[in-house]
Amino acid sequence: MSKGTIRVLQLYPRDMNIYGDWGNALVLQQRLRWHGYTPELLEYNVGDEFPSGVDLIVGGGGQDSGQLVIQDDLLSRESTLKELAEAGTPMLLICGLYQLFGKFFKTRTGSVIPGIGVLDVETHGTDERLIGNVTVSSPEFGDILGYENHSGQTTLGPGVQPLGTTPKGTGNNSKDGQEGARYRNIVASYLHGSLLPKNPAIADFLIRTAVERKYGSFSPGAPDDRFAVLAREHAARRPR
Amino acid sequence: MLYISVPLGKLVRRVSRLRGGGSALPGLVVEKIDPGFMQRTLSTLPLGVAVVSGTNGKTTTTKMVVELLESQGLKVFTNRTGSNFTRGVAAALLGDVDWRGQLKADIAVLELDEAHAVHFVNKVPPRYSLLLNVLRDQLDRFGEIDKTAQLLQHIASKTTGTVVLNREDPRVARIADTLDGPEVRYFGLDDSLLSTFPNDDDLRAGPGSPVPAAPAKPHADVVLRRVGTDDADFEYDGATVTTGMKLRGVYNIFNAAAALVLARCIAGNGATPTDHDGLLKALSQVAPAFGRGESLVVDGLPLDLVLVKNPSGFRLGLKSFPAGGYATMVAINDNYADGRDMSWLWDVEFDSLREGGVDQLTGSRAYDMALRLQYDDVAIGAVNPEIAPALAAFIREAKGKPKRIFCTYTAMLAIRRELAKITTVEVVS
Ligand SMILES: [Zn+2]
Repeated sequence: MSKGTIRVLQLYPRDMNIYGDWGNALVLQQRLRWHGYTPELLEYNVGDEFPSGVDLIVGGGGQDSGQLVIQDDLLSRESTLKELAEAGTPMLLICGLYQLFGKFFKTRTGSVIPGIGVLDVETHGTDERLIGNVTVSSPEFGDILGYENHSGQTTLGPGVQPLGTTPKGTGNNSKDGQEGARYRNIVASYLHGSLLPKNPAIADFLIRTAVERKYGSFSPGAPDDRFAVLAREHAARRPR
Repeated sequence: MLYISVPLGKLVRRVSRLRGGGSALPGLVVEKIDPGFMQRTLSTLPLGVAVVSGTNGKTTTTKMVVELLESQGLKVFTNRTGSNFTRGVAAALLGDVDWRGQLKADIAVLELDEAHAVHFVNKVPPRYSLLLNVLRDQLDRFGEIDKTAQLLQHIASKTTGTVVLNREDPRVARIADTLDGPEVRYFGLDDSLLSTFPNDDDLRAGPGSPVPAAPAKPHADVVLRRVGTDDADFEYDGATVTTGMKLRGVYNIFNAAAALVLARCIAGNGATPTDHDGLLKALSQVAPAFGRGESLVVDGLPLDLVLVKNPSGFRLGLKSFPAGGYATMVAINDNYADGRDMSWLWDVEFDSLREGGVDQLTGSRAYDMALRLQYDDVAIGAVNPEIAPALAAFIREAKGKPKRIFCTYTAMLAIRRELAKITTVEVVS
């Protein structure tokens, strides 16, 4: 019998899912089942009505052109998303949406794309593309493994914490050796890979938080993570 | 005028051949002492230069165009894929020119990697270009697929005669709007086959997302109407013709339509009238290029190698080669030539493998693949990142069953090497 239903909202899957972001949504959906809960997967695309009763949000990478398409619509949802974030809704924001949940993205040519300011971060476009395998060392989640591919460089303000530091790879920018951002129950990161399959600790953090907020307590199941463990070991040994 | 570079380059080529060396050195020598060699030699061709580019299927399509043109009695110069495009072309030219630097060919048909496209077409504007598709592939090399589309657009803009475009790929078809010089022609697909070609924008459009209305399509010179097990229907000049096909997989046969458009343009501009029967006969004989998917025989039963290198290719592979009755192995490497980012595996659905499961997983990212299949509820027999023992176990345990291996590029090369060691490999097509 199901222990309860969790509504997972994918933000802009039509325009912002092109770097394996589906993997993150799939992992949340399957792990919810493996923990004994019923996932309900929802989509929000440009122009849609914003669904109510959302328990967990995932937002993906996308290309520059996708960011331009969603930009105005995202700004029009600023207050809704801010309220959800401040109330503690768990969110996973990857790459493009990580940037747009920040204060702004300043392109190389100097034009400023405003973000919705949920996260105290700012991003500057560069000529340098940061590409390759990454290992993040996180106090909260242990080692996080993934793959980065971005030319925007993000710096964190005092309002957020980094997700971790990068013994391998670059992360937020080519200077401070930090990767991603943590704020309330938001995990924001540049890592593709997809991120959640090889980092079940993050997936389970998002799930546990969503369930606890809705039902008061979380009783986990026992997902079989043997392949995840081995995939992590092998990925950690691959070249940059 | 006699250029000293040619005899010298040919000499280096002979010496390095004798010593069993590759083609890079002679190409490098000529490039260094005579940087204008390639451009000058190619510009003497009476029918000019045709380039074939796009994410998927360049190698096999280039081979098809060459064979179609040869069926028309044309002498064709072509390149083999290599690490350095310009150097490779220079080396191949050295092999084909005489000692005075004359190339005895009517036309050059060149496979042009996106990475080398801009540099090459700026030097040698092609008379014809054939642009196949823009798919998510090796983003670690090109960054974004919109960037790849820009590279193809640049090839088209430098083309002096005819640009042949894929009508069904929005990023390629859109290139037509940016051109005012060259003539544009299209190859197309029957609506009934469109669903087998999801483009990367549709990869994850869920059932709730409205599909944007399709704009009116331009006329296509050749349309692929139907694909059978060993034949296909093509429509052109107002009639539909059925022809036998050695090529397998809908995507290969769609590229045959592309090759047909280009070959008909070139032949139509030639001195002799087009031999249509000859074209069709050549088309029916084309086999995939080496290392691009092959059908072998092992222990008296078929073993298919299906090259998969990006989400669309993997999806097409799964659709074109149904799993029923076959033993299945998947080999995923993440070497530079395969692409290091594994994200793409998560954009492929593996439901079609659920019924029979997957017998063996191998390659440097075998466990990433195992994890991917676990999340699609596909049962897994065994996982071993080492290709040689995994392949041996697969052949041993699937005795009496036809076999299929989905593999990335470097995994395919490794599997071919191993197969040659453990069994007599008979190449069927
Ligand atoms: Zn990214």
